[in-house]
Amino acid sequence: MATQPDLKAPSEDDAFREEVRDFLAENFPPELKGKGSALAGVDGPTQDNDAQRKWREAMGERGWGTPTWPKEYGGGGLSRKQAAILNEEMAKAGAYNPIGGMGVMMFGPTLLEYGSEAQKQEHIPPICRGEIRWCQGYSEPNAGSDLANLQTTAEDKGDHYLVNGQKTWTSGGQWADKCFCLVRTDKSDKHKGISFLLMDMDSPGVEVRPIQMISGMSPFCETFFTDVKVPKENLVGEEGQGWTIGKRLLQHERTNLSGGGSLARMMGASLADIAKKYVETDEGGAIADKVLRDRIADFEIRWAAFLLTARRATEESKAAGGVSEISSVLKKLGTKLGQERAELMIEIMGLQGLGWEGDGFSDAELSGVRAWLFGKATTIYGGSTEIQNNIIAKRVLGMLDHQ
Amino acid sequence: MAVLNEEQEMLRDMAREWATNESPVAAFRKVRTSGAPEAFDREAYTAMAQMGWAGIVVPEAHGGSDFGWLSAGLVVEELGKTLTASPLVATTLAATAIVLGGSEEQKAKWLPKLASGETIGTLAIDEGPHHNPTKIAASVSDGKLSGTKAFVHEAHGADLFVVAAADGLYLVEKGDGVSLSTRKLTDQRSHAEVTFDGAAADKLAGGGDSLLGDVLDRARILTACEMLGMAQAVFDTTLEYLKQRVQFNQVLATFQALQHRMADLFGDLAMMRSAVEGGLQALDSGFGVARAATIAKAEANRVLHTISREGVQLHGGIGMTDEYDIGFYLKRARVLEASWGSTSYLRDRFAAIGGY
Repeated sequence: MATQPDLKAPSEDDAFREEVRDFLAENFPPELKGKGSALAGVDGPTQDNDAQRKWREAMGERGWGTPTWPKEYGGGGLSRKQAAILNEEMAKAGAYNPIGGMGVMMFGPTLLEYGSEAQKQEHIPPICRGEIRWCQGYSEPNAGSDLANLQTTAEDKGDHYLVNGQKTWTSGGQWADKCFCLVRTDKSDKHKGISFLLMDMDSPGVEVRPIQMISGMSPFCETFFTDVKVPKENLVGEEGQGWTIGKRLLQHERTNLSGGGSLARMMGASLADIAKKYVETDEGGAIADKVLRDRIADFEIRWAAFLLTARRATEESKAAGGVSEISSVLKKLGTKLGQERAELMIEIMGLQGLGWEGDGFSDAELSGVRAWLFGKATTIYGGSTEIQNNIIAKRVLGMLDHQ
Repeated sequence: MAVLNEEQEMLRDMAREWATNESPVAAFRKVRTSGAPEAFDREAYTAMAQMGWAGIVVPEAHGGSDFGWLSAGLVVEELGKTLTASPLVATTLAATAIVLGGSEEQKAKWLPKLASGETIGTLAIDEGPHHNPTKIAASVSDGKLSGTKAFVHEAHGADLFVVAAADGLYLVEKGDGVSLSTRKLTDQRSHAEVTFDGAAADKLAGGGDSLLGDVLDRARILTACEMLGMAQAVFDTTLEYLKQRVQFNQVLATFQALQHRMADLFGDLAMMRSAVEGGLQALDSGFGVARAATIAKAEANRVLHTISREGVQLHGGIGMTDEYDIGFYLKRARVLEASWGSTSYLRDRFAAIGGY
């Protein structure tokens, strides 16, 4: 490997590994082994049973659900190396990280960078403990790809803002406690008129309506704000800084959405293993349909190259410090490949892979169909593939603004 | 770009500077114009060897620097960017065959000369226009090798051939019993059909049953490095062109239709680079080499193929002219795509490695 030699003595890492093992032995309930679901939070709030709650509290206590966040705000304060050890040991034990959601993936890292000391003290610790669910108030009916066209207004009323407008595609809005929101504080400037505001979802005047999607699930909502009062101290950064902060948050979102393959994880087994179950094999155990075999290999090679790219981006960002526009490349590649994989998978299963509900289908078959449909959203949300192409062309390749 | 250490960064910068200043595409044009069948500049190759590039994967005890495969790959990539015509890759591969399969005596005899640039080596494996190492008819009896090898890279300059026979790899020196018949390919580099007629052959007896496969994996990865340099150069040249060329009173780079095609190519190029570097890192760690080599060459084939086509198209008419460099990359690309495993060969191999 071409990475710099690690300066830490191996014995320190070993000691930490030992600590993790002891912690897992003591705190991870064996009945939860292998139960971590990538679909969690997509199809609804998970109702914790006792074991799950115990596990979440134990991890939250240590801050290990957010392992590299600063200890002073409830994070784990671990080095990246230690976080990697933690991941390895959890994987070995069949354990999963019970602390997740938008607070962890996008909002937390952004608030740590741009929030005031008081905001960090208030909002980061509950995220680390997995107690508060955040949702994202970005898109509006007339502000999708053209996000900066957003019209939800926050009017300065002295000690508070008065918010009016409508957001849409609010993921998990019906289950969220709080919302980080882009609002318009100035109508005279498209980009500099946007501010980043934090809102309680139970404030008077907030109304949430789930939207049923082609997958049959309702992971997204419409959110309406009517004369919602928001305290002034909930402004992150300064008035007019919302576009800058909001874009930063999107880089975190894209890095997560590209998925080291959340879609792939949902689908579990390799395509070849699935094919061996659903189509004929020859006497040597190879897939008998040579055309299908070739297409699977073609896909798997590109998928492997993508995973190597995600790994390389992590190493490079570690060396350079922080997320970057490369997140657009990863998002574009990972989501497209994830969809391609889902399409190939249902094709391999034939009509058995298109079951909607009821008898005659396994759970894996039924959830595969829903994941295939849900996955169509991945190239649209978080900035569509076309928007990522614009970002790559303009910011990375330095091609000039199109007309 | 992989995260490099200081030594690797220096090596890459040195190679980049040398290739840009001493071996631009104009140097390849000169070689082409000369019409010499060996198709490289001896002086330039001597300079490369003096910088230590021919011995990067050769152990220090045998006159090399043993900097490792990532280092070798960095140099080859830089040379690929300017289409530097040289037997560096061929010689490195011959040397690695000896490192893996040679006796102490064979190593002592050949490695220092290959590392110093005094001896030029090459692989002679395939016997037809398609890469197929399972179909080898060449045979050896009483230390004499007979058979015909097709499209041998850098054959005209080679002093030493690493030849695949049915029962393993052999070292054969040029001379009695070795004859060349030039096969001028579209890339205008050195290729020949090489006939061995009872040529004296010295077996590489080490390295086990996997020796040929191990050498070929190194050939796939190092070739993919040259292809990576080429793909990067075509991409950069094309991007530069789109930023300069004006039509409809507009710089072409401002057209969204072209921006999105370049964004697609940029994504492909990122995957190719990761796959190629993954191959080099697998060689340096010694873990999962066969799979990594298959991924590296398959991605190199896929992406260079696309970029070399798009490069010509996005240049428009000027890309069709011999005066412009872009066409050279297209022609060399197809030769390298077909060498050491076409896309269909590699997909079949990938599936076989995966057990399906």
